Amino acid sequence: MKKLLLLGDEAIAQGALDAGLSGFYGYPGTPSTEIGEYIQDSEQAKKRAIPRTWSANEKTAMESAMGMSYAGKRAIVTMKHVGLNVAADPYMNAALTGANGGLIVAVADDPSMHSSQNEQDSRYYARFSLMPALEPCDQQEAYDMVAHAFDLSERYHLPVMMRVTTRLCHSRAGVTRTAERAENEMCKPSDPNQFMLLPAFARKKYIKLLEIQADLERESEKSPFNSFTDGNDKSRGIIACGLAYNYLMENYPDGCPHPVLKIGQYPVPRKAIAAMADSCDELLVLEEGMPLVEDSLRGLLNRSLKVRGRLDGTLFQYGELNPAIVRQALGMPKLPSRELPEVVTGRPPALCVGCPHIDSYQALNEALEPWGKGHVFSDIGCYTLGFMPPYHAISSCVDMGASITMAIGAADAGFYPAVATIGDSTFGHSGLTGLLDAVEKNANVVVIILDNDTTAMTGMQDSVVTGRIEQICMGLGVPEEHIRVINPLKRQHDENVKVFREEIEYEGVSVVIPRRPCIHLHGKKKTSGGAK
Amino acid sequence: MKKDIILAGVGGQGILSIAAIIGYAAVESGMHLKQAEVHGMSQRGGDVQSHLRISDDPIHSDLVALGGADMILSVEPMEGLRYNPYLSEAGWFITNTTPFVNIPNYPDIEAVLSEVKAHERRVMLDADSIAKELGNARGMNMVMLGAASQFIDLPQQKFEDGVRFLFGRKGDKIVNLNLDAFRKGRALAAEVG
Repeated sequence: MKKLLLLGDEAIAQGALDAGLSGFYGYPGTPSTEIGEYIQDSEQAKKRAIPRTWSANEKTAMESAMGMSYAGKRAIVTMKHVGLNVAADPYMNAALTGANGGLIVAVADDPSMHSSQNEQDSRYYARFSLMPALEPCDQQEAYDMVAHAFDLSERYHLPVMMRVTTRLCHSRAGVTRTAERAENEMCKPSDPNQFMLLPAFARKKYIKLLEIQADLERESEKSPFNSFTDGNDKSRGIIACGLAYNYLMENYPDGCPHPVLKIGQYPVPRKAIAAMADSCDELLVLEEGMPLVEDSLRGLLNRSLKVRGRLDGTLFQYGELNPAIVRQALGMPKLPSRELPEVVTGRPPALCVGCPHIDSYQALNEALEPWGKGHVFSDIGCYTLGFMPPYHAISSCVDMGASITMAIGAADAGFYPAVATIGDSTFGHSGLTGLLDAVEKNANVVVIILDNDTTAMTGMQDSVVTGRIEQICMGLGVPEEHIRVINPLKRQHDENVKVFREEIEYEGVSVVIPRRPCIHLHGKKKTSGGAK
Repeated sequence: MKKDIILAGVGGQGILSIAAIIGYAAVESGMHLKQAEVHGMSQRGGDVQSHLRISDDPIHSDLVALGGADMILSVEPMEGLRYNPYLSEAGWFITNTTPFVNIPNYPDIEAVLSEVKAHERRVMLDADSIAKELGNARGMNMVMLGAASQFIDLPQQKFEDGVRFLFGRKGDKIVNLNLDAFRKGRALAAEVG
């Protein structure tokens, strides 16, 4: 079969389609978004009528995927690393309910925080939940691992995590497909109480989960994705996880002289590590993310064995790896490299020319002038760029939905004005419950829902609240006369400042909705033909 | 053959189209390819780059090593300089000379161009003006692709097939405008190189 040129994300998507996927669930988030977009645009998915719309957030997505699994069919749920925090409740419990149809939780981490608030390593969640995890080193493995993960999931009746990182998600390479498998037939769980986590059941399930850990570790020991390659130079043994393996081999174009254990499946294959450790003078652990494997060596190995990695300072404890960083850790001299010319100036991302958020922030800034800066809690999306000069319009960006709830807390403290700015899609993701809190206690807050009709930052995905934001706010109990829709345009500036000012002065919950589509929306929707 | 290329520009300037066409030409020529790109926040007017690696042999890293690039291909002069540490000693610096000014502190353009001229192996084209003269103001990236193609040992036909593949659904007129831009850039680089 001819090779397809696919991003790592797309390889996972194609792998899932070919491995008999029946349902996609997810919420867009860099660098995971392209898994969903690929499935949504796929002819194969259209032909099989695979449900593949975006969910309101990662938690609802995870739960829907569990429902598909309950019904005996294969499901994948995708999210970025911080999205797994949102889905953490169902995710942790899914380790106890287990899976009926194969269930993959695909999580894309973002070391170096290219487009994220933190760089947490999702493998820790896999270990925390006691689920197996797979971590591909390249696009072909990403493709191949999906079928492997579904098999593993159905064999052990457990969800399986697939952990990828930015550089693989957004890098393209040739991928060879394997034969397309049939989807599962619908079938109820053979144990009618499988998904029943009343304490009496949950206790038993937890014991069973602990019992199968040894089996899962045996699976890791014999996994095709964990491989040992011996080397003559035993002065050092190298453990390379996921992408780190590529950076290692990049520095040894003629082959690595040291023994190398490549890890792509977890739980950590401790026997394989111990066997290599016995034959080597020291170990070097290369992993993309936090020192999970390195940490797990404590207590496993002879204490006198030197272990190098992120914990002993051989590698920085933060940031993604690259060939040069790994080269340094290997003790090789730097390649000759040119200087960065002094004339080069930073070019941070910025709101686009013509962006509706610009007009919203300019009006808001003017309305807030009497109180000075520091009154606007914000959220995750393009509008976070309102922090940048010349706007300096917002003072916080923490997690999806935190704008509204932080404004409530500040208002409770007597802080006035307490303003929140949140995008339409983020409001659908995690803003509704916060707004309900505000209504319940009649908090003195102004919630500004910046409605650009799309999920813009991640590339124009549909938002679940489009066309019904006012109805939602009214339904939650915001008084109708304090739900104000404005048009963020330069020529409306004075009128918009007046609306903001009136709602700031109103004592209670008010919602202002600046509404104008993202300037990129029209072109994108026309070309993608609608992802649904 | 091995070519490690850093593509540089500002979000929205069309470097991913260049990457897609070089990638197409490489794969159609039976080469191995890895191409890493930037999605997400930086695409909003920030600096963006793509690492493009082509080789007869399998490729390990998705990223080019510091000091390992055979070429920097930049659609904006300062953005090319940002990746100078990646350029090998024998590498080519191929850049559009028209600045993209969306920051208040953009440096003096003469100072930028004089840094570009410090590269012995370089191609400097005012690709914005060239594209405009060809009646294809948006074809600046295709002019630069054409210039770079002169230094990538793949058949011209494969690049042109790539242009047709990428723009095909927009109709023959757009395809031909972009082919003209590609050929012009290629011809101009032949004079320099």
